[in-house]
Amino acid sequence: MTDHLPILLLLLPLFGSLICVLLGRNNAAHSWVVAMISLGGSALLSLLMLIKVLGLKSGDFRYRMGGWPESSSYEVGIELRVDVLACLIVLAVMLVGFLNTIYSKTRVPAEVGEKGSFFYALIQLLIVGLCGIIMTNDAFNLYVLIEITSLTSYALIAMGNRRAALSSFNYVIMGTIGASFYLLGVGYLYIKTGTLNIDDIHNYLQSEDLWASQSIVVAFILIMLGVWTKMAFFPLHGWLPNAYSYAPSMTGTFMAPLMTKVMVYVMIRVMLWLFGSDFVYSPESIWSELIIWMSVVAIVAGSFLALARNDIKKMLTYLIIAEVGYMVGGVWLGNLNGQAGAFYHILSDAAMTFCLFIAASIVIIRTGESRLNAFDDLFRKMPITMIGFTIGGLSMIGLPPTCGFFSKWYLIKGGVEAGQWEFVVALLFSSLINAVIFFKIFERAYFGKIKGIKEEVTVQDRDTIPAGGIKSVPLSMLIPLCVGSLSILIIGIMNKNIFSWITKALEMVNG
Amino acid sequence: MASVEFSLIPFLAWLVSLLAVPAIILLGKKPDAREGITFLAAIVKFGLVLLMLPLVREGKILHFSFGEIIEGIPIEFRVDGLGMLFAIVASSLWILTSLYALGYMRSLKEHDQTRFFACFALSLSATIGVAFAGNLLTLYIFYEILSLSTYPLVTHHGDKEARSGGRTYLSHLLGTSVAFVLPAMIYCYWKKGGDINFTDGSLLTTDLGSGAGLIVLLAFTFGFAKNGLMPFHSWLPNAMVAPTPVSALLHAVAVVKVGVFCVIRVFTGVFGIELLKKLDIAVVVSWIAAFTVITSSLIALSQDNLKRRLAFSTIGQLSYIILGVSLLSDFGVTGSILHVAMHAFGKITLFFCAGAIYVAMHKKYVSELVGIGRKMPITMTAFAIGSLSVIGLPFTGGLVSKWYLVMGTAQSDQIALLVVFLISSILNACYFLPIVYRAFFCRPEESLYEGGRQEAPLACLIPLCITALLSVISFFNPGLFIELAGLISNK
Repeated sequence: MTDHLPILLLLLPLFGSLICVLLGRNNAAHSWVVAMISLGGSALLSLLMLIKVLGLKSGDFRYRMGGWPESSSYEVGIELRVDVLACLIVLAVMLVGFLNTIYSKTRVPAEVGEKGSFFYALIQLLIVGLCGIIMTNDAFNLYVLIEITSLTSYALIAMGNRRAALSSFNYVIMGTIGASFYLLGVGYLYIKTGTLNIDDIHNYLQSEDLWASQSIVVAFILIMLGVWTKMAFFPLHGWLPNAYSYAPSMTGTFMAPLMTKVMVYVMIRVMLWLFGSDFVYSPESIWSELIIWMSVVAIVAGSFLALARNDIKKMLTYLIIAEVGYMVGGVWLGNLNGQAGAFYHILSDAAMTFCLFIAASIVIIRTGESRLNAFDDLFRKMPITMIGFTIGGLSMIGLPPTCGFFSKWYLIKGGVEAGQWEFVVALLFSSLINAVIFFKIFERAYFGKIKGIKEEVTVQDRDTIPAGGIKSVPLSMLIPLCVGSLSILIIGIMNKNIFSWITKALEMVNG
Repeated sequence: MASVEFSLIPFLAWLVSLLAVPAIILLGKKPDAREGITFLAAIVKFGLVLLMLPLVREGKILHFSFGEIIEGIPIEFRVDGLGMLFAIVASSLWILTSLYALGYMRSLKEHDQTRFFACFALSLSATIGVAFAGNLLTLYIFYEILSLSTYPLVTHHGDKEARSGGRTYLSHLLGTSVAFVLPAMIYCYWKKGGDINFTDGSLLTTDLGSGAGLIVLLAFTFGFAKNGLMPFHSWLPNAMVAPTPVSALLHAVAVVKVGVFCVIRVFTGVFGIELLKKLDIAVVVSWIAAFTVITSSLIALSQDNLKRRLAFSTIGQLSYIILGVSLLSDFGVTGSILHVAMHAFGKITLFFCAGAIYVAMHKKYVSELVGIGRKMPITMTAFAIGSLSVIGLPFTGGLVSKWYLVMGTAQSDQIALLVVFLISSILNACYFLPIVYRAFFCRPEESLYEGGRQEAPLACLIPLCITALLSVISFFNPGLFIELAGLISNK
C-alpha cells in the first residue's frame, strides 16, 4: 500500500478537480468541501510518505507508472522518484494548498463569484502539476507538468481584477518562452542520449563521457534559462509582480509561496541529478562565479525594488525576487552548506511568504486599502493578524528563532566556506533592507498615523479612528495565518533535524 | 580549571521575568496587582542570582542547556564570574528601578503602563540571557531580543521625536548586529569547525592571521553597537526620548552594559587575551575607544539637555570599559569589569535624579537647574555623589575601577592612554561639577527657585538614595566585585 503513496497523493486532487467541475458546477460551497477533503487527504498521505522515506535505508524509492517494467536498455516507462527532499517539498505544497483552501472559504464567493467551482478545480490541478514536477524522474514528463501548472495558473490569475487579464497574458508569453527553452534543452539531451529518464540521461552522459560535447553545454544553458524564466530570476522576473498582485487574493496566497520555489527545486534536480555536480561545478567553467554575481544582482535589485514600492503586495512580490536570488546563489556556491541552505530556504521561504501574503491579503481586504498606509495603527485593531505579519517580517529580516535566521545562517556559512564574500555581503545587505521595509510597516502599525509634521498623536486621537469592520476577521482567514506563522517558528526550531535530512539526501547525490 | 556543574538556577533566574510578562499583561486592569508581580519577579530573580553567588565564588561554573539548535551549537547558559557580576548589578537595580518607575509613571500619569512594565520585564529577561549566555549564538539571540523588546520602551511617547529616536535606535542596533556580528560569528563557527562555546582560553586558533583577526575583532566590537563606540553611538543620545526609568535602567545599565559585556566576552572568551597579545591587534580598538572617550566628553560639555549630557557621558564611560579590556593586562581587564558595576551605580543615580527633577519641577535643561539644591536637597546631594562616582573621586566606587584602569595602562606601558584617562576625568569634572555647584551655591537673586522644599514622591526618592549609597559602599567594600572580576582576568 505504502508503495503507491506517490501516485495516490496525486490522484486525490486530480479526481477532486474533476468532481468539482462535474458535480459542483453551480455550487462553490460543495467544491470547497471536495477540495478540503482531497487536499487534506493528500497532505496526510505526503506526511506518511515522508515518514516512510525517512525510514528507508536507501534514502529514496521509485514508483513505476502503470507497472511498466524497468528495461535495461531503452527506457520508455515513466517513473516517479521520491526522496526526503521531494517529500518535504510535496508536504509543503500540500499543506499550503490545504491551508489556502481554508482561507479561500469566504474569499471565493466574494472574489470570483459563480466561477468558484472552477477555481477549486484549477487549484487542485495546479497542485497535481506541482507535485508531479517535484516527483517525476522523467525530463519530458517534467515539461508536460510544467505546462499543466502554467496553464492552470494563467487561468487562475486571469480570474482577478481588471488588470489581471493583462498580467496573465504577460505571464503566458514569458512562461511559454521559458517552457520552450526548457523543452529545447531536453530535445538536445534526447538527441544525444536517446532517453528521457533523468537517471538514465545522467548515466549515459557519464559512461560515454559526453561532458565536453557542445550540445550538452547548449542543452544545459537552455534548460537553465528556461527554469530561470519560470522562477523569475532577475532580470527574467518581469511577469511576476503584476501577476501575483492582481490575481485573486487566494490565488496569490497559493502561488507566491510555491511556484518559484518549486522551480528552484527543479533547478537543483537538473543541476545535481540530471547533469551532476562534477559537470556543473567543474573548475574550468566560469559559470559559478558568473551566476553567483547574477544572484547578487538579483538580491540587491529585488531588495531595492521592494523598498521603492508603496503597494503591499507588489512590495512582497519583489521580496520574492530577492529570495529567488538567495536560493540560486546558494545552490551555485557549490558546497554542501550552500545547496542544503538553499533547499532549507525553499521551505522557510514558502512558510514566510505564505504567512506574509495571507496577512497582507487580510489587511487589504479589511481596510480596503492596498498601499502601505493600510497598516496604520493595526496592532491595536487587528492584533492577531499583525502578530502573524510580524513573525513573517522578522523571518524575512532573519532574526532568531525564526526559520529565516537559520536559512541565512546556512547560506552565509556556505558563502564563507566558498570564499564568495560578495554573496555574503548581498545576503546581509538584503537583511538590512528588509529590516527597513518591515520596521517601516511595524512603526506605522504600532503608532498609527502622524498628522502633520509637528503634531503629536495623543491616545484620544487614536481612539477616534473608526475600527468598525476591521476588528472582525473570519476564523477561516485567521487559522491559516496562525498555522503559517507557527510553522515559521517550528521550521526554525527544528532546523537541526530538517537540515540533517537535507544534507543526507544531498550527500547521496554528490557522492 | 574550574569545575562545570549542571544547575537549574540560571534557567529559573531567566524564566522568572519572562513569566512575569503574561502575568503583567493579564493584570493590566489592576495596576497594584500588576506592579506587585513586577516586584515579586524582581525580588525572586535577585534571590536566585544571589543563590548562585557562593557556588561561583568557589570557582564553579554553572551550566544549563536547552539542547542543540544548530549542529554543535546548543542554546545554553553558563554562569561564570563575569556573568555573575553583571547579573547581580542588573537584577539588583531592577528592583530599585521598578520602585522608581512606579513613582515616576504614576506621578506623570503616563499612558500604556501595562505595555511599559511588560516590556521592561521582557528586556530584563533578555539581559540575564546575555549575562549567562554560554556561546556566541545564545548571546546573539538574547542581544537581538533585547533590542526588540526595548524598542516599545524607547518610543513610549509615540510622538514624532520618539519615533525618529526609535528609528535611530533600531537601525543602529539591529543594523550593526546583523551586518557585523552575524558574519563574524559564522566565520568563527566555520573556522572553529563546529562550535562556538565560550571557553576560558581562546575559541579561535593561532592560525588566524593578524589581518583576518583584526577584521573579526572590529566586526564584533562595532557590531555590538550597544556599547556606544563611535561612530555607531548616535542611537544613545537619541534614545533619551524614553521615559526616565527606561533611560536609567536600560541606557545607563542594562542595554549599554550588555554592549560592553559582549565586547568583554569577545576579548576574553572568543579571542582570549593570550591570542590577542600574540596577534597584537587590540591596540586598534584601544585607540578607537580613546577617541570616543575624549570626543564624547567634549560633546557632553556643550549639551544643555540634562539627559543628553548624561547620555554622552555614558558613551565616554562605556569606552573606558572597552579601553580597559583592550589593554590586555590583568589590571585593565579587572578594572573594566569593575567599571561595569561601579559606573552602573553612579550613572543610574544620576538618571534617577534627572527623572526626579522632571517629576517634581518639570525641568529638563541644565541651565534651569540654578539654585535647585535648596528646593530638592536630597536629590541634588545624590546627584553630587553620582557625579563624584562617574568622575572617579573619593569616596565613591568610581575611584576603585578607575584606579585599576589607570594601573592597567601603566602595566601595559601605554602612557598615552593613561593621559587619555586623566584628560577625560578632568572633562567629566567640567561637565558635572558646575551643575552641582550652581544648584547649591548661587546668590539668592540668581536662583530660579523660591519657596520651601519640594522633593519628588518617595517612590522616586528612595531608589536614588539607595543607589547613591551603593556608590559609596562600593568604595569602602569593593571586595566582592574585585573577586568576581578576578575570576576572569587572573587566569
